[in-house]
Amino acid sequence: MNAITAPSPVVAVRNVTKRFPGVLANDRVSLAFHAGEVHVLLGENGAGKSTLIGILAGMQQPDEGEILIDGQAVRIGSPRQSLEFGIGTVFQHVLLVPSLSVIENLMLGGGWWGRLVKAPALARFRELSTLLGVAIDPDAIVGRLSLGEQQQVEIMRALWRGEKVLILDEPTSMLTPQGVRDLGEVIKRLRAKGVAVILITHKLLEAYEFGDRISVLRLGRVVGDIPPERLSAMGEAEATDAIIELMFGKEAARSGEAETLVDTAHRQRQVARDRAPRLTLRGVSTEAARGECPLREVSFELWPGEVLGIAGVDGNGQKHLAEVLAGQRGVSAGRIELNGGDITGAGVPARRQAGIRYVTDERLGEGTVGIFSVATNLVLKEIGRPPYWSRGWSDWDGIHGHARDQIGRNDIRTPSERTPVAKLSGGNIQKVLLAREINSEAQVVVFNKPTYGLDLQNTRLAHERIIASADHGIAIVVISTDLDELIKVSDRIGVMFQGRLAGIVENGPDIERRVGLLMTGVEAA
Amino acid sequence: MSASADIDLTAAEQERQERRREILAAVLRVLIPVMAALVMGGIILLILGKNPLDYYGFVLRRGLLTWGGLQETLTRMAPLLLIGAGLIVAFRAGIWNLGTDGQFLIAAVLSAALAPALITVLPDALTIIICMVVSMLAAAIWSLIPAILKARYGINEIITSLMMSFLGVSFANVLVKLFFRDPATTVPQTMSLAVEDRLPRLFDTTIHLGLIIALVVIVLVHVMMTRTAFGLKLQVVGANPAAAVHAGLRVGWLTIATFAISAGLIGLGGAVEILGVWGVVRADWNPAFGLLVVPLVFLARFNGYATIGFTLFFSALMIGGDSAARRVGVPNDFVLVLVALLLIFLAVVEYLDHLRRKKAGA
Repeated sequence: MNAITAPSPVVAVRNVTKRFPGVLANDRVSLAFHAGEVHVLLGENGAGKSTLIGILAGMQQPDEGEILIDGQAVRIGSPRQSLEFGIGTVFQHVLLVPSLSVIENLMLGGGWWGRLVKAPALARFRELSTLLGVAIDPDAIVGRLSLGEQQQVEIMRALWRGEKVLILDEPTSMLTPQGVRDLGEVIKRLRAKGVAVILITHKLLEAYEFGDRISVLRLGRVVGDIPPERLSAMGEAEATDAIIELMFGKEAARSGEAETLVDTAHRQRQVARDRAPRLTLRGVSTEAARGECPLREVSFELWPGEVLGIAGVDGNGQKHLAEVLAGQRGVSAGRIELNGGDITGAGVPARRQAGIRYVTDERLGEGTVGIFSVATNLVLKEIGRPPYWSRGWSDWDGIHGHARDQIGRNDIRTPSERTPVAKLSGGNIQKVLLAREINSEAQVVVFNKPTYGLDLQNTRLAHERIIASADHGIAIVVISTDLDELIKVSDRIGVMFQGRLAGIVENGPDIERRVGLLMTGVEAA
Repeated sequence: MSASADIDLTAAEQERQERRREILAAVLRVLIPVMAALVMGGIILLILGKNPLDYYGFVLRRGLLTWGGLQETLTRMAPLLLIGAGLIVAFRAGIWNLGTDGQFLIAAVLSAALAPALITVLPDALTIIICMVVSMLAAAIWSLIPAILKARYGINEIITSLMMSFLGVSFANVLVKLFFRDPATTVPQTMSLAVEDRLPRLFDTTIHLGLIIALVVIVLVHVMMTRTAFGLKLQVVGANPAAAVHAGLRVGWLTIATFAISAGLIGLGGAVEILGVWGVVRADWNPAFGLLVVPLVFLARFNGYATIGFTLFFSALMIGGDSAARRVGVPNDFVLVLVALLLIFLAVVEYLDHLRRKKAGA
């Protein structure tokens, strides 16, 4: 790639150290970011990427070390200062006001005392539209834009006060394949105009495709660096090998963690579909509150031992589908059958009795009560039922004994069964949920984004758990926005688009393209 | 294997130590605001030209250290404890029932209206039981409107229950003036229940059975919240309503049940105060105990046993403060100043503690 590497970096961090209680988040990190270069930061969860970004965005202060802008040591005391230095950050989640128009969102950064003047804002908007090569209506309401377009508005806002440095934090996680291609174009244009782009990702292929320079962080340290000269000389496979070696060390390059990252093998299993299906949905629709996407006439069948992946861009009805299956949400039309029996009207307790389980993606939001102990959370869906309750009285000894047993069996890392569950790591909270939902009575398990926010080891454990459950004859629905994950675990993949099941395709060699078409609504299968 | 067992042991030991520290911190979180409020109150007394030691000494003597004062203090505890029990049920379930005064007064008026009428045809014990049950039901029904609005439409119960409280206070007033008025009196009030027909006294004291009822009720509430499935369900709803929906709890039904139990217990407080102490309700009578108990329940962190302690402290303050108003010349309302100071310092200490914890580990 023809990167113009400037002799001196625009922004650099030198020996930056940041400590949190019990964690060394950044350990003497030194990195230099050059104009006209796309610098990819790779690393697992907890590698220190977010902390570094937080420091550059002015949200955190380093304990030691310094930040240099154009060679001058500076202090970035607040997000506003960061913007004034020409450093713009686009975070993983959209941070725009959905009810305001594009141009109103962009004007929000001014002082509260000033009058909002549209003309100069529009001029800047046009300037940036040309720079990014995008065409967005400045008066469009942000909530009506696609996620890709919203992200473009975010990029504009990041560059609003100056286009020196653009930080993109996992920008592709919520985009369609087409959206990813568009983003690639935008990044290329910015690079050509001399913007220093810092791209954070955990996807190796993206790193190779977009990056001029790749730095790998691990446990708070920079463990390796592939400069542009070397990267441009490498092929894709070669680069991938080199990165994995940096991330995990030579001997670990072929370990389970590395495989989790690069293994794109398709799941190949035979599911007997000549028997009666375990779960049947016929024309299921829901009603949605404002800002939610309802289900529209969703129908599918699911057989024992089968994994059905549900792909789609977030916000296309996946949440309602999961909640309808769990019994948390009523349907406005349609019918749900379990083993041929009608369960449409059954609530959560009845469905749980019947063997339907839901592993939610909102682990602390709804899956657990954060201030309650691990033990209580393990029986949260059984309150009032034997064996731990008799005639309404709680058997706390029994509940704590059950918890100790489950903690040992599921390798939940917790100081004790009485520890509030919110004090556990995301991976261990997920283990609590898995222990609660998956047992011998499970017939159907719904997973919503089962590996969201988990590190590689826990991601691998979750995938193994899904496949093992299917091998035991449980029928499984996995909802995820990570297509690679679905390809790894699913027998078939259905795609949600605007509340409808746009189609279901058998897992196979050509699947990315077919799913991609369905995801954008181009093709209906 | 043994190595990992050791690690488990130390982890458990650490947790025990942590819990001990937590208990110490909890005690300090209460003691520091109490001391600070007394000191600050003392400064205010000095500014008013009164001797704080005289005042506090008098309050202490009158509220706790004389036999008559102690009896009055313990008698006053009965309604406060029952209101506290009702608030604990609601607050633990995350429901801010601030309709206490309306619920209390409607229950009180119904007891005062029913008891003198029933006593002429029914035995004493039956009259009292019927009055208590009717009062509890009436208070529970009065809480239904905010309960249903909350359960069905998600309307904030702080506003609705508070509004229903104002309406309830006025409605009780109207009931006395229009329906239950004793024609023999010039001041509008209900018929009165003769002293010998009221709740039985304990031994040779002026303390009535209501105190025992209240103590039993608050302990039962504590046991219900910590030892039963129903209590745990209420706490799930209170701590994380989304998790309650996720776990399949009937949140709407639990909300209404919580309101009904909470208001019922508060209503029992009203019945006990009438059947035990007054025997009559005057049209303009409103002790406004409800909002006085709210801070006590918070100080006790919704713990039933701690609530008993705080209620004793506060009752003594009220009784002592009443006489101090006459004898030392410090206005009666100074007790409220002390409670206000207590709350302010409570909030300050809570905030500082929060900062400390955030620093210690997050």
